[in-house]
Amino acid sequence: MSSIISISGVTKTYATGFKALKEINLDIERGEIFALLGPNGAGKTTLISIVCGIVNRSSGTVTVNGHDIGRDYRAARSLIGLVPQELTIDAFETVWATVNYSRGLFGKAPNKEFVEKVLRDLSLWDKKDSKAITLSGGMKRRLMIAKALSHEPRVLFLDEPTAGVDVELRQDMWAMVRRLREEGVTIILTTHYIEEAEAMADRVGVINKGEIILVEGKAELMRKLGRKQMNLELRAPLAAVPDSLSHYSLELSDDGNQLTYTYDNQSDRPGVASLIRDLEAAGVQFRDLETKNSSLEEIFVNLLRQEP
Amino acid sequence: MNLRAAPNFRAVWAIYRVEMARAFRTVLQSIISPVISTSLYFVVFGSAIGSRITEIDGIAYGAFIVPGLMMLSLLTQSISNASFAIYFPKFVGSIYELLSAPVSYLEIIIAYVGGAATKSVILGLIILATAALFVPLRIEHPFWMIAFLVLTAVTFSLFGFIIGIWAKTFEQLQLVPLLIVTPLTFLGGSFYSIHMLPGIWKTITLFNPVVYLISGFRWSFYGKADVSVGVSLGMTLVFLAICIAIVAWIFKTGYRLRN
Repeated sequence: MSSIISISGVTKTYATGFKALKEINLDIERGEIFALLGPNGAGKTTLISIVCGIVNRSSGTVTVNGHDIGRDYRAARSLIGLVPQELTIDAFETVWATVNYSRGLFGKAPNKEFVEKVLRDLSLWDKKDSKAITLSGGMKRRLMIAKALSHEPRVLFLDEPTAGVDVELRQDMWAMVRRLREEGVTIILTTHYIEEAEAMADRVGVINKGEIILVEGKAELMRKLGRKQMNLELRAPLAAVPDSLSHYSLELSDDGNQLTYTYDNQSDRPGVASLIRDLEAAGVQFRDLETKNSSLEEIFVNLLRQEP
Repeated sequence: MNLRAAPNFRAVWAIYRVEMARAFRTVLQSIISPVISTSLYFVVFGSAIGSRITEIDGIAYGAFIVPGLMMLSLLTQSISNASFAIYFPKFVGSIYELLSAPVSYLEIIIAYVGGAATKSVILGLIILATAALFVPLRIEHPFWMIAFLVLTAVTFSLFGFIIGIWAKTFEQLQLVPLLIVTPLTFLGGSFYSIHMLPGIWKTITLFNPVVYLISGFRWSFYGKADVSVGVSLGMTLVFLAICIAIVAWIFKTGYRLRN
């Protein structure tokens, strides 16, 4: 059994009749970093909340390391650490007290050394006697992470971890996620910052309107759905694209100095080499050229556009 | 619920400790203010007015009101402690952690209600000690005194817990204690024997559950009661059973906790 979380046929209909999740089937592999992408209101947080036991599902089953989240909720939940999107901490507790509280809540024996290590790793050690209310937003976010890590989870959920977070913390967090992965922790992060998924994830799932519309390895996703673009800087401006090149669907910049060619990796459209030959034949000379891959963001936007 | 899995005593202890720590952090609000208000009752009712009132059931008026005053504080503090303890994390959102933790509903109840009830019992004993400074006291049935104290603290902490889960706003949180519990307590014989009431009111009063608490509690002090002790104890247990049933239903349905 390689998947650590197995979600099958999970639906959620709220009392208002709103169908937040239609029918979710998803397996999270042991030890991977999985990015769940989707626009606001797609159902990301609802799905996480169901796995973590905060929201009841309407139907379907979820297992965590083989433990059913309903029947065997203690075993399932004790494996999971959750960092929710909102900064929700008891403001009057000290950092030290609240992190130790979290550890106790999850049934772990007190371990001062471990809690100290967690706080040091997150640059919170200096603040251990401060009350949560006195911390800055970034520090509160670190504290939420410390609480989730305090009970040594095997699966960590990060719900929009870098929303409104400064660059330094974002980089610290990415480093932390990589370190946890090396320790064998499975990480599921939701985000609508695609660059985050692009930088971190092994696999990407896209959720929209309560349905998983795609799950792929990041590299395959980029290869399959990614597009390449070639920009040619011309020696002399063109008034129009020559007719002999029309089947390339080239785009000419307004000032006539640049031609852009967009092509899929997999498509059978004529390749770059033939374009260059045809350009030469048409007497179009260029000074420079560059190619680039489309980002996950562009892929994502295209995917959602294709949705009915 | 998986009965095979070991209970999470560490979680119960963690919650209980946080609740107790909160009481010591807000010592002014949790301990000192009830002591001050109780002292004021003694000054006003015990000394100023009490000196003009004859004995009730052979008990000096100042001493007569002690059990009622203890109950007054016990009831309101149990409710406010427990309701706030569960409402506050709901309000700020930090309840996510409790809901995602490997704890059973029973453990959550034991921890929160245990914390609130402990604080109330401590408070009741402090008020008793304060009262002893003003009036001569005697306790004829110390075992029953403690039993009524603990039973009432647990029952009304449970009641407060229910209010805390039910309440959607701070206003609702205050509503039940303010509009229902305080009047019932004042009309429940804290300051008088219900035998002093005219005919029909005496009957109406018997529908007030607080009457039974105060009557039973006063009996444990002075051996004199408005209604028989068995009935008092029975009514207290009935109220406890009702609260337990409501809590069981809340947890079965996830009412206002898990949607």
